[in-house]
Amino acid sequence: MIEKADQIFVILAHWLVSFLPVGLQPAALVLLAVVAIIVTFPALFAISVLLERKGLGRMQNRYGPNRVGPYGIFQPVADGIKSLTKEDIVPTSADGVVHFLAPVLLVVVVFMGYAVLPMGRNMTLVNLDAGLLFFFAVGASTELSVFMAGWSSRNKYSLLGAMRAVAQMISYEVPLLLSSLAIVMITGSLSLGKIVEAQNHYTWGLPHWYIFTPWGFAGFLLYAVATTAESNRSPFDLPEGESELVAGYFTEYSGFKFALFFLGEYVGMLSISGLGTTLFLGGWSAPLQILGWVPSWCWFFGKVMLSMCVFIWVRGTLPRLRQDQLMNFAWKFVLPLSLINLMVAATWRFLGEGWERWVVCSAILLLAYTLMGRAGMRQGQIGPRSYRYAE
Amino acid sequence: MLGEGILKGLGETARNFVGSYVSAERLTTIQYPEERAPAIEATRDFPFLVYDGADWEAGLRCVACQICEKECPPKCIFIVKSTDKKPDALGKMQIYPARFDIDISVCMSCQICVEVCPFEAIKMDTEFELSTTDRFGGLLFDRKELAKSNEYYHSIHPTEAAEVDARLADEKVKAEAKAKAAAAAAAAKAAAGPAAKPAVPSTPSAAPPAAAKTAEWEKQG
Repeated sequence: MIEKADQIFVILAHWLVSFLPVGLQPAALVLLAVVAIIVTFPALFAISVLLERKGLGRMQNRYGPNRVGPYGIFQPVADGIKSLTKEDIVPTSADGVVHFLAPVLLVVVVFMGYAVLPMGRNMTLVNLDAGLLFFFAVGASTELSVFMAGWSSRNKYSLLGAMRAVAQMISYEVPLLLSSLAIVMITGSLSLGKIVEAQNHYTWGLPHWYIFTPWGFAGFLLYAVATTAESNRSPFDLPEGESELVAGYFTEYSGFKFALFFLGEYVGMLSISGLGTTLFLGGWSAPLQILGWVPSWCWFFGKVMLSMCVFIWVRGTLPRLRQDQLMNFAWKFVLPLSLINLMVAATWRFLGEGWERWVVCSAILLLAYTLMGRAGMRQGQIGPRSYRYAE
Repeated sequence: MLGEGILKGLGETARNFVGSYVSAERLTTIQYPEERAPAIEATRDFPFLVYDGADWEAGLRCVACQICEKECPPKCIFIVKSTDKKPDALGKMQIYPARFDIDISVCMSCQICVEVCPFEAIKMDTEFELSTTDRFGGLLFDRKELAKSNEYYHSIHPTEAAEVDARLADEKVKAEAKAKAAAAAAAAKAAAGPAAKPAVPSTPSAAPPAAAKTAEWEKQG
């Protein structure tokens, strides 16, 4: 029974394709999985938008949307209908083809990332040996679509937004990769399935997730910072800073194309949360051994939604950074720290089992964090803002 | 240490998040159509015409002097004077507005019409739910739509209305005294000699201009 609940989607898919001739079955199975992904994640997008609007409201002591349906739960439906009925405007001077392709490319690319994510036991669409590499290769193409949108719009705000977005995404791509590289070093595999398997065992009922190691914890924090910047979320939402750039690279988009950008952004966040879950939070494995009976996909989606909540929480808390602060933070703090983290992961690997490696690795990381933080704050490169003329 | 502020901030937002579910006084939102904020006495938006008594047409204080029409900066008032005279609420014969229209889509709520009106006939309303599907006719108010009772005026601006009532009563008393004095003087003149001119009542210098105008108008009437 427990087995069946865990594998319910796999069993269901196999039962559905069993009506087809044998030759068509593998293709149909893949198609079914693709459809499932394309249906599930936009639904999660709707839920996270609602969560975000309600949660941000509560953080600001407001109600948030509460008019459409009970407690406002149909607000995403209303938003969707609204964006579908809006006029689709393309500026006369814009490059029509590229302008049209940019949001489409973004959504396509963002959905491709899901192909390698293990969403539950036996629930990976394509179990690539180099899954992590594929994910980052595909994920990096979002920059292309962002720049296409900004360039083809022929609008100074769009272009500035796109420039900022590309600069920011390329800067944070480096720590993003380096912080996940530590995992690859320890696991010895680029396959996401293998990475989950490596974390899916227990000592005294507690899991061996990578976040519960010094280098994993530091890596997770670095990864979280880098993903926040990658997905253009507050406090790194300079590319779409409303107060200075209207809406950044999608200023000239309206109606459904705007909705596609919005969808792309959130689905991208969900996918990068999914990757973070896989790398650091044990993917679909249960947080305690005694909870092993809960279906694995529940854990995966639960962890992803939890990460979304953290994204929302951070957005509700932090104000936007300035461009130079953003760059300083990326190149002078996050990047060196992720390099140090790589070294620490290597040290961890070669110190062998025992308590020494815990002490040594934690000490190195803490020392590095404190010293670099102090130095950076003294030079005014990171830390609290100072206003030369306003104070 | 680096990151302390971020943790503090996260704590603050978490406190707000939980607090908004626990204590209702944190939520300052008034859910408008169901709940309403208590009215503020000094609220004003668009002008209306005050009438005394029960019948709006008979009791309109407006005598179509057209001062407000001339003073209105966006020119949203349109008045047609009547050709005949009609007794007002006090039974005095007066010219009345045959038409009095205010286009509230043009009105800028400046209150100048209220400031200049010598008869306390036009005042500012507080009614703001005026949305309509007809943006031409629906926002052009004629005198019937504009006429509101003095009681209504008392209900929306009690202090101001009480002051206006006191002033009007005061003026009425003064005017009556003056009329009596004038009548007495006329009678005395008539008794002294038929060639004497009718007495012109001297305006008291201390009285406000509105009172002076009222006195003048009452003499004309």
